[in-house]
Amino acid sequence: MALPAHATTGERIWYYTFRVLVAVVFIYLIFPILTIIPLSFNSGEFLHYPLQGVSLRWYHDVIASGQWAVAVKNSLIVGVCSMVLATVLGTTAAVGLNRVNFPGKQLLVAFLISPMMIPLVISALALYLFFAKIGLNDTYLGIILAHTILGMPFVLITVSATLQGFDYTLVNAGASLGAAPLPVFFRIVMPLILPGIVSGAMFAFATSLDEVVVVLFIAGPAHRTLPLQMFSGIREHLSPTILAVATMLIVFAGLLMLTLEFLRKRNEKLNAPANIAA
Amino acid sequence: MALQDVADKSLHDKLRRAERRKKIEAVSLIGPLLLLMVIFYFIPIGMMLYRSIDNSQMREILPETAKALAHWNGQGLPDESAYAAVVADMKVAYPARTLAGAGRRLNFDKVGFYSLLLKTGRKLKKIGGPPYKEKLIEIDSKWGDPKYWTVMKRGLKNITLIYLLRAVDLRYDDTNSIVGVPEEQAIYKSIIQRTVYISLSVTILCLLIGYPLAYFMATSSASVRNLLMIGLLLVFWTSLLVRTLSWILVLQDKGVVNSFLLSLGIISHPLPLVFNRIGVYVAMTHVLLPFMVLPLYSVMAGIPSYYVRAARSLGATPIAAFFKVYTPMTLPGIGAGCLMVFIQALGYYITPALVGGPKDQMVSYFVAFFVNERVNWSMASALGVVLLLMTGSFYLIFGKRVNITNMKLG
Repeated sequence: MALPAHATTGERIWYYTFRVLVAVVFIYLIFPILTIIPLSFNSGEFLHYPLQGVSLRWYHDVIASGQWAVAVKNSLIVGVCSMVLATVLGTTAAVGLNRVNFPGKQLLVAFLISPMMIPLVISALALYLFFAKIGLNDTYLGIILAHTILGMPFVLITVSATLQGFDYTLVNAGASLGAAPLPVFFRIVMPLILPGIVSGAMFAFATSLDEVVVVLFIAGPAHRTLPLQMFSGIREHLSPTILAVATMLIVFAGLLMLTLEFLRKRNEKLNAPANIAA
Repeated sequence: MALQDVADKSLHDKLRRAERRKKIEAVSLIGPLLLLMVIFYFIPIGMMLYRSIDNSQMREILPETAKALAHWNGQGLPDESAYAAVVADMKVAYPARTLAGAGRRLNFDKVGFYSLLLKTGRKLKKIGGPPYKEKLIEIDSKWGDPKYWTVMKRGLKNITLIYLLRAVDLRYDDTNSIVGVPEEQAIYKSIIQRTVYISLSVTILCLLIGYPLAYFMATSSASVRNLLMIGLLLVFWTSLLVRTLSWILVLQDKGVVNSFLLSLGIISHPLPLVFNRIGVYVAMTHVLLPFMVLPLYSVMAGIPSYYVRAARSLGATPIAAFFKVYTPMTLPGIGAGCLMVFIQALGYYITPALVGGPKDQMVSYFVAFFVNERVNWSMASALGVVLLLMTGSFYLIFGKRVNITNMKLG
């Protein structure tokens, strides 16, 4: 949208005003997150600029303090377990749903992805009341099940999306050449829908790693996850240690984003020849 | 039977068998997830919904009274048998310490019931034998007040509406009809209004800010677009807590915004920008902006530039071409983005809790408040029902026009 040579003064003014406007919006979007990073290297205890000096003391603090280490450990346990469960259950269900058509299928899908739409506090309350009856509050299993349910819709959606372009004659070809259903799935279907599975899994993991509300209801002190530790830290005593943790999470978000972009590009390339053929 | 028929029949059987195998395969693939969801999601949600009207505990604490009052017509005072039943129930419930629970529950309906039950419980030993009616009224004259008996009868049914009514600022009056609560106690309607108001404001802010950004992304060169997309996705993937935290730092008294304005001499004292409504708007708009920009961008990227050029060549002014030709084509994106942002905003808890003040909290906050501070699960569930109805109705009204499933994933 370059400015043409014959543009009028009004058009010129608008052209530059619009660019300034977009720049301001972009600064609003990105700037607050970037301000955290330098502050986490501050050697002093203040949470504002100017920096008193540069040091890694808050990062040492994160590693040295037992609380944060436990929180990271808990988050990894819960995140990995719920990611695996959500990915396996979500992928199999997506494959199953893709195979058949029946009345009410849309409704079923809507029900299965409802944890994504229903306000978190409602899921949290419902699980808290239910877990109180069956003794799953304050347990790893309870948190893992809750996060599986919250992360699964993403897997279902991403895998269903990759399956939409999937050519089922490949499955028939495999079967007609004598392969049993499981080898057909693992050697033919899975490699082709892998980008969808991986991005779904990453969504599920990221959901678990960022989830506070449900954990706030159902986790006991021994099962504090990283976001819960951060939440109470921000609420009760905001220390620069939290900024160090936040910086690490920003770096993690960057890596996540790059991986997903890579997968998306790869998927586009994979689908491109099929599109031409069709 | 002709050979052809036999062949048809066996082919028919084979086809049917193949179809059935396919169905079994699909069921066994979907089954495990469905089972998990039913047991650990739909049943809990159903239990929560029922919890908001469930009153069965009361009959467990005061079973005799419930039986005796079932026959009472509700006019005047009940007879001696009801008073005897109250004494009998209390003799069990007071030592078992369940009376306080019943008292709190009835106190929620009519203030004064808690002290009435506990006071009576304490003096139970002195009562001795009948007539109980006179003796109870002697302990507390409230036992001679028909209003308390009306509340008692209402409070001993298996199902109660008082929590749901209270969640919209309604209650029963002394004659069992539904009326509004006194003005000084009415808080939930204003909380619901505030929730809708904040969500709507955030949605409009997101649209006003997101539309130009999405438009710019859709019309600029690939390298600029990629840069903007990477920034947007980085924000999208960054933890909600980190983003909220960053706004606390930026907006605080010594934060970047206030220091900047102070150094320019525009203000002489730091502006209160956080822990109030401004903070809530700024942070929530920031957190939800990607959900507006991504659907807008995906629609705008599919609009060829020649429509606007055609309009211009036919004599439309730039403004007319934009609003009459371009904007209508982006309506699906606007709809999807607004719905996505609005529905998510309705259920927001963490961001307002961290960057808002006491008067900026939304329905979700009060659900958590009743669980964690008041231990009143029924009231928490009733507010949960209200929030679910709000979200569900907006989704049902607008959701059909918008394919929401592919929105969240960028």
